[in-house]
Amino acid sequence: MRDIIEVEGIGKKYILGQHLSTRNFREAVALKVKSIFVEKTETKINEFWALRDLSFKLKSGERLGIIGKNGAGKSTTLKLLSRITEPTEGRIILRGKLSSLLEVGTGFHPELTGKENVFLNGAILGMKRHEIIRKFDEIVAFAGIESFLETPVKRYSSGMYVRLAFSVAAHLEPEILVVDEVLAVGDTEFQNKCIGKMKDVAQEGRTVLFVSHNMAAINALCDRAIVLDRGRMVFDGSVSEGIDAYINRNEEHSKKITLADRADRKGNQKLKAVSLDILDVTGKNVSELLSGEDYTFQLGIAKSVPDMIEKVIVSIDIYDLRDHRWILLRNDFQNVKFDVSVSECTVFCAIRDLPLASGRYYFSAYLSVADVEMLDFISHVTYFDVVGGDYFNTGNIGQPNNCKILMRSDWSIK
Amino acid sequence: MEIIIEAKRTEKNYWRDIFHYYQLFFFLAWKEFLIRYKQTVMGVSWSVVRPILTMIVFTFIFGNIAKLPSSGVPYPILVYCGLLPWQFFAEALSQSSNSLVGNSNLISKVYFPRVIIPASSIMVTMIDFAISFAILIVLMIIFGFVPSINILFLPVLLLQTIYTSYSIGIFLAALNVRYRDIRYIVPFIVQFGLYISPVGFSAKLIPEKWALLYACNPMVGIIDGFRWALIGGEYKLNIKHILISIVISTIILLVAIKYFRKTEKTFADII
Repeated sequence: MRDIIEVEGIGKKYILGQHLSTRNFREAVALKVKSIFVEKTETKINEFWALRDLSFKLKSGERLGIIGKNGAGKSTTLKLLSRITEPTEGRIILRGKLSSLLEVGTGFHPELTGKENVFLNGAILGMKRHEIIRKFDEIVAFAGIESFLETPVKRYSSGMYVRLAFSVAAHLEPEILVVDEVLAVGDTEFQNKCIGKMKDVAQEGRTVLFVSHNMAAINALCDRAIVLDRGRMVFDGSVSEGIDAYINRNEEHSKKITLADRADRKGNQKLKAVSLDILDVTGKNVSELLSGEDYTFQLGIAKSVPDMIEKVIVSIDIYDLRDHRWILLRNDFQNVKFDVSVSECTVFCAIRDLPLASGRYYFSAYLSVADVEMLDFISHVTYFDVVGGDYFNTGNIGQPNNCKILMRSDWSIK
Repeated sequence: MEIIIEAKRTEKNYWRDIFHYYQLFFFLAWKEFLIRYKQTVMGVSWSVVRPILTMIVFTFIFGNIAKLPSSGVPYPILVYCGLLPWQFFAEALSQSSNSLVGNSNLISKVYFPRVIIPASSIMVTMIDFAISFAILIVLMIIFGFVPSINILFLPVLLLQTIYTSYSIGIFLAALNVRYRDIRYIVPFIVQFGLYISPVGFSAKLIPEKWALLYACNPMVGIIDGFRWALIGGEYKLNIKHILISIVISTIILLVAIKYFRKTEKTFADII
C-alpha cells in the first residue's frame, strides 16, 4: 500500500526582525524612495530555521505523536502539513483529505448561538452543509449542550464552549487528522472522552498526527512517535521509546548548559532567569529532596535594561516528567510584588512541608510584568528528585506511583 | 486526491479550491449578516443616519451655497443617487481592507483560499445598500419624483460597483496584512474620494477636455450610471465612462490578485 503522507526534507525559514522595519507603509515607501538615491547598505538579516530537513512517511491508519519542547518545530510541522504556511524547502505529498485542528473553536463568534457556531465552525473546518446537517444531532449530543442551542456562546461556561468546539471537530471525517495540543483544555472527564473519540477515529483506519505536551495522552493515542529538537528530528520509532528519548534529552540538555546560557526561552528578556538553586534548611545546595521538609528556591535574575521594572511577577512551576504541572508558586498569590531596580538580584521562595511524593520533577520559570508583558519564560530549568522523606511523620512515603501530592489527614471512626 | 505541497510552487489547485470552498464563502457572509443583525439598533440606525446627514450637508453646500445646476431634479435626489453607489464603495472598502487582519485567527489556524474573506466581507455591505435604497424610495415619494424606467438596469450597475469595490478591496486587504498603517489610509481615500467623485454634483460640470481623465476614477462612470438609471432624462448614460471604469477596475483587479497571491503564502507568518 502506498504511504498516505510523504514528507521529504521539509524546512521552514523565518527571517527575524525583517518585518519590524517595514511594518509601516509610509516608511516602506520612504525607504524605497531613499534607496534610489542612497547606496544600499547591507542590512543584517537574522535567519532562523524553525524546522529543517524533516522526512517521514506515514501509512494509512498510523497514529503519529510529535513530541518536543516549545520551539522544537512541532507546530510549524503541523502548519506546513495543513497548508497554512508554505515550506521554504522540501516536499509534502498528501494522498487523502486532511483536516487540521490546531485550536478548538476556530472562528467561533461569541454573539452567535451554539447552533449557528456549529455550522460556521463546521464550514471553516471543511465540512459541507449537508454533512453538518446530517451530524448535527450527534455533535450536540456529544457536547451535551442540547438545551443551550439557541443561547449565544458568550453566555456559555468555558467548559461548555470547549465541549461544543471539540465536538464539531471530532465529527470531521477526514482521511488524515492533524491535532495540536487541543486536548489540554476542558476537564479530565471530557479529556478522556476526547481521547476515546480520537482512538475511535484512528480505529476506523484514519491517520492521525498528534502534537501534545501531555505524554500520557501521546502514549494513550499514538503508536509511533517522532521527537523534534530545535527544528531537527532526533528520534523516530515506537511511542514508548520516543517518550523516553524525549525525557532523557531534556535532562541532558539542562545538565549540559547552564541556565544563563540557555537560548530556548520566550519573552522580551528585559529580565532573565539565570540560576535556580534549591537550598535546604541548613543553606546547603541540594538536588535530592525529602517530602515534608522545608526548602528555599533561589532564583537568580539579571536585568538587561537600565530602567526599573515594576510589578514583576515571578512564577516557579513544578512539573513531573510527563509534563503534568503539580505546583504553581507565584509571589502575587501571596500579595507580594517585586520592583526590580538593580541589574542582578535573587528572589527567594521559601516553602514549608514539601508535599510532593517521591519521583523526578523539573522546574519552569516565568517572569512577567503583571501577567501582561512576558519578560522571560524557560521550561525544564532544573531537575530534582524527591526521595522518600517522612511527610506523615510515620515513615510511610505515600504511594508515589499512584499519587504525586501528599496531605496530612486525621482519621477516626464512630 | 493527491496534494503536493512544495516550496515556491504556485499551487495548481488554487482556483479549484476556491470552487471547493464556495460554501465557506456563504457561511462567512452569513456570519457577518448575523453579527450585524444581532447588533441591530446601533448598526442599522447608523446606516440610516449617515447617508441622510451626508445628503443634507451636500445639498446645502453644493445646491444652496454653490448653487450648482441640477437640471430641474430636486437637489437631494441628485445627491442621494450619487451617494448610493459611493456609500456602498466606501463601506465595502473599509470592510474588506480590514477583513484579513480581522480574521487573523482563521488565517493562522485553517487553510482555505484567502480571497474568500474580503469577498464575503463585502456581502454584508449589501444590507446597508438595501437600507439606503429604501430611504431613496421614501425621498422620491416625498419629492413626488418618478424614477426612470432605466432603473431596471440598476442590478447590473450594482454588480459593477461590487466588482470595483472588490478589486480595490482585496488589494488594500493584502497590503494591510503587511503594512498595518493602511487602515489609517483607507478612511483618507474614502473621505478624499467623496469630494473628488461626482457625488455632491453632476459629472456634467467637468469641462470636456478633462472628462476622460476624470473618468479614470472608476466610481465616476458608476455614479453617472446610477443617475442615469434612477433619474434618467438629462442624465444620459456615458458608455465610454462605464467602459473606462470596467477597464480600470479590471487592471486593478489583476494587479491586486497578483499581489494577493504573492503575499498570501506569508499571511499566516506575519499576521
